[in-house]
Parts: sequence; structure tokens; C-alpha cells
Amino acid sequence: MAEQVKIMRSQLGRARGHGAAKAGTEHWLAERVSALALVPLSLWFIVSILSLLGAEQRDVAAWIRHPFNAAMLLALILATFHHAQLGMQVVFEDYVHGPRRRTVIVLATKGGALLLGLIAALAVTKLYLSPEIVAATGTNL
Amino acid sequence: MTDIRDAPHVAKATDGRLIRRPLSPHIGVYRWPVTMLSSILNRATGIALTAGTLLLVWWLVAAAAGPTAFAGVQAFLISPIGLLVLFGWTASLFFHFLSGLRHLAWDLGYGFAKPSLNPVTWAVFGGTALGTAAVWITAYSKLGG
Repeated sequence: MAEQVKIMRSQLGRARGHGAAKAGTEHWLAERVSALALVPLSLWFIVSILSLLGAEQRDVAAWIRHPFNAAMLLALILATFHHAQLGMQVVFEDYVHGPRRRTVIVLATKGGALLLGLIAALAVTKLYLSPEIVAATGTNL
Repeated sequence: MTDIRDAPHVAKATDGRLIRRPLSPHIGVYRWPVTMLSSILNRATGIALTAGTLLLVWWLVAAAAGPTAFAGVQAFLISPIGLLVLFGWTASLFFHFLSGLRHLAWDLGYGFAKPSLNPVTWAVFGGTALGTAAVWITAYSKLGG
């Protein structure tokens, strides 16, 4: 019997159906790829924020109306929330014990990141599509 | 030796004397290697930056909502608490950014040898200080204090 054993897993482990989810490499790679995307995006964001210091709402709107800025912001939002939820997943998997609690917290994090990302993207889209206010002479509006 | 639980710590010195084996130190009495501190900080700043995304979302949503809402965010950001949050966010971003670059280099197989490990990690701390200072000096000079 012993010579026939080819599976390096305990019988109890097999019966319970536990083991690798076979998605670890994908997660690891996605974390790195999104990090790589965030290198230019976050540098651009810091420079942009510095150029927008003390800006009023119409300055920000005018800035986002530029297609390049809108596209970069959307890319930043996508990469940021993707990277954040991947990272937070690992943190929770490390520190939250109990499979149910862990699953609930990880799913809530992913859902929250998705929602926040969508809200941010919608705000950018709204500003991008907002009409340019041509200041008429004599009005401050 | 009076307690049976001390038995594993009993050993003989080279001259045959019975001695108490030394215990390896734990975190409290351990001189932290800089790589250990940077590893902890990489995760801590990642969590801080995740929380910081709320600020980005608030800022964008307020800008989309209109001038009044946007003025509210700007007022918060230049308040003492707002400035503290922004400073923490800047420092966290630079640390996580540079530490992340270091991790990407490690993943590619560069700089993981012992001689370069500590200098590169110190450079991450130095770069964080420089980058954060550069941003805040620029901001201060631009807004005229």
C-alpha cells in the first residue's frame, strides 16, 4: 500500500477539500503589475497636486476637462483601488482568523474598494463632461 | 534549577560546569534590523494609504458637487488636522513608493545580497525624507506660507 501513495497530502486534508486555491500566483503578479502602473501614475499625481495648490473648484474642473488629465486620473483610480484591495486582502488573510470572518472581511474590502473606485471615477467623468463656464464680463459666476 | 520547566535550558560549559543556556532575545530586547522596520512600515503605510484613498474620493466628489462643497474640503485640508493628515499621506506615499521599488528590484533578483540589503533600505528612508521635504517646501513656497 505504502508504495502506491503518490499524493503528498494527508487523507483528512483531501477529504475536507482544503488546499491551495490555485490563484496565489495571479494575485502576486497582479499586485506587482498594479504597483508598476502606479510608479508613473503616482509621480504624475504628486506633480499635479502641487500645480493645483490653492486651486478653486473651477480650476480643478478645468484641469480635469483636459482629456490627458482625466485619463490619467481614471487610470490612477483603477490602479490604486486594485492595488489597495489586493494588499488589504493579504493583511486580513494574515491577521483575521476563522474562515467565515476572514471571507466576510475580505469580500467587504473588495466591495468597498470597487464602490469607492466607481464613485471617484464617476466624479472625474462628471467633471470631464461638465461644460466650460465662460466668464461673462461683469459677472463673478 | 528548581523548576522542571527549566530543564531544556540546562547545558554543560566546555569545562564541564552546568550552566543555564542563553535564550535568544525577543522583540523587546532585540536591536531591530532596518529591513525588519522597513517591512513593517511597508505594510503600515499601505494600510494608511488605503485609508487615504477616502480623502482622494472626498476631494473628487466635492469638486464634482460644486464650489461650495469643494471649498469645504479645501478648508479641512489647510486646517491643522488636515495638514497633519496630508503630511502623513505624503510621507506614507513616498515610503511605500520607494519601498515598493525596492521590492520590485528584489523580485527581479537584484539587490537581495547581504551587502546591498541595508544600504538600499536606508536609502528608502532617506529618499522618503527627501521626497516629503521637497513636496512640502514646494507647497510652502508656492502658497507663500
